[in-house]
Amino acid sequence: MYSQQVMDHFINPRNVGEIEDANGVGTVGNAKCGDIMRMFLQVKDGVIEDVKFKTFGCGAAIATSSMATEMVKGKTLVEALKLSNKAVAEALGGLPPVKMHCSMLAEQAIKAAIENYLKRIPGASRTMEEAAIVEALEREPVMQEA
Amino acid sequence: MSDRIYLDNAATTQVKPEVVAAMTPFFMEIYGNPSSVHGFGRETRKVVEDSRGKLARVLNASPDEIYFTGCGTESDNWAVKGAATRSVKKGKHIITSAVEHHAVLHTCEALSKQGFEITYLPVTEQGIVQPSVLASAIRSDTTVVSVMLANNEIGTIQPVTELAAIAHEYGALFHTDAVQAVGAIPVDVKALGVDMLSLSAHKFHGPKGIGALYIKKGARIDTFMHGGAQERERRAGTENVPYIAGMGAAIELAAANMEETARRVQGMRNRMIDGLLERIPDTRLNGDRERRLPGNVNISIRYVEGESLLIALDLAGIAASSGSACTSGSLDPSHVLLAIGLPHEIAHGSLRLTLGDGNTEADVDRVLDELPRIVTRLRGMSPLYADAVALMRG
Repeated sequence: MYSQQVMDHFINPRNVGEIEDANGVGTVGNAKCGDIMRMFLQVKDGVIEDVKFKTFGCGAAIATSSMATEMVKGKTLVEALKLSNKAVAEALGGLPPVKMHCSMLAEQAIKAAIENYLKRIPGASRTMEEAAIVEALEREPVMQEA
Repeated sequence: MSDRIYLDNAATTQVKPEVVAAMTPFFMEIYGNPSSVHGFGRETRKVVEDSRGKLARVLNASPDEIYFTGCGTESDNWAVKGAATRSVKKGKHIITSAVEHHAVLHTCEALSKQGFEITYLPVTEQGIVQPSVLASAIRSDTTVVSVMLANNEIGTIQPVTELAAIAHEYGALFHTDAVQAVGAIPVDVKALGVDMLSLSAHKFHGPKGIGALYIKKGARIDTFMHGGAQERERRAGTENVPYIAGMGAAIELAAANMEETARRVQGMRNRMIDGLLERIPDTRLNGDRERRLPGNVNISIRYVEGESLLIALDLAGIAASSGSACTSGSLDPSHVLLAIGLPHEIAHGSLRLTLGDGNTEADVDRVLDELPRIVTRLRGMSPLYADAVALMRG
């Protein structure tokens, strides 16, 4: 039922673990539904220098988390925010329809971690770009952990 | 990697070679329609009646109380709907339990849309339907009570004899879904006191696509499948002769070896349960420890999700199943695990391993070796586990 790429990311997940001194952490999903994703970011000069994840969930949840970290690593925050769940699913060679929500969760987890990073910067110290992102994220809040 | 091992015998079982041998002649050599008058027909009629006799002997029923159906689900549908619609003059109240198979639950849901009232009996933490709970739910307008003999997920064996007696005090018919029980434990329709009992061949090393319904003489239920005069005009359709032959052979084999097989399988089951609970922290057994099918192991492993456990086990060559939502295609985990009071997040981490005749002690060793490793790996990725560890460290 899963593509080769999904199986590969399930067996050998990339960037699994935690970043001790992460400056952005986001958790989405809830245990009641059976999926929780937590993303850890190390951002420097607007670039995601390192990213790691921890996920409780099915094979697709683990694989989409892994793929999402690969897709945002080394990217600027603006680029990372453009990551769509469809792009994650496509990069994995597709997902079964019932598992598309896993890719949604991965997209949301990245957004939640970026939002968390930006909120740690005092409002006055944010660049115009960062301020614009915070404003945009506040208009469309991500699904935080229930 | 060594050979794959099959630990999903509650889903289906391997057909035994003796069963295949019993079926084979009825495709090309002996192919008449049992309803035909000529010799071709008489030959297949004989095997149909032989198989009926074998089922009747094992169940302690009379042959004319055994009706062949297409599967266990058909038997459940026929029993519950047939009894409900036949007894509308008495009432429209049906009682079942919260842990039934979907073949009964969804049948009841369909009946509720047609104006029947359904009561779903709650179960204990071990998954048992207490007779006192039935006694307080039953009414004068109750017409059917349907409670399974053994649960397909957690293996709990119900006090069917006591439950059937209560149903009869109120003039209701009692049906039991014995699909998981027949072939695994002794099933005697007279000792149980049931009016109807469903069974399915592929759960006891017979072929898929053939089942039976026991209907006690005098129990009046409506016909479900209309057409020809087959099965004493109660279940129309040309008899599936090769499969009926296979079911007859399978029930005979199961009955002949039942005691020895059950003892051996139960020994492996106990070793697996004890070994897993000992080797994997934060794990619980679901279902009753004693009143349990010989081959059923069902555990919940905290902080990990069932589907990822299944995939990891499958990659290690071990076939199992889970009550997690991700394996059912719905958002909710198993209704059985929720009915025994498990919170969603623990139900999501459930794992069912069902042993059978074909398993060996080496299979148990393999699970005891592989599963703890898989759990450690998945817990290492789990934010829930990280939070729990952090909480414990303070």
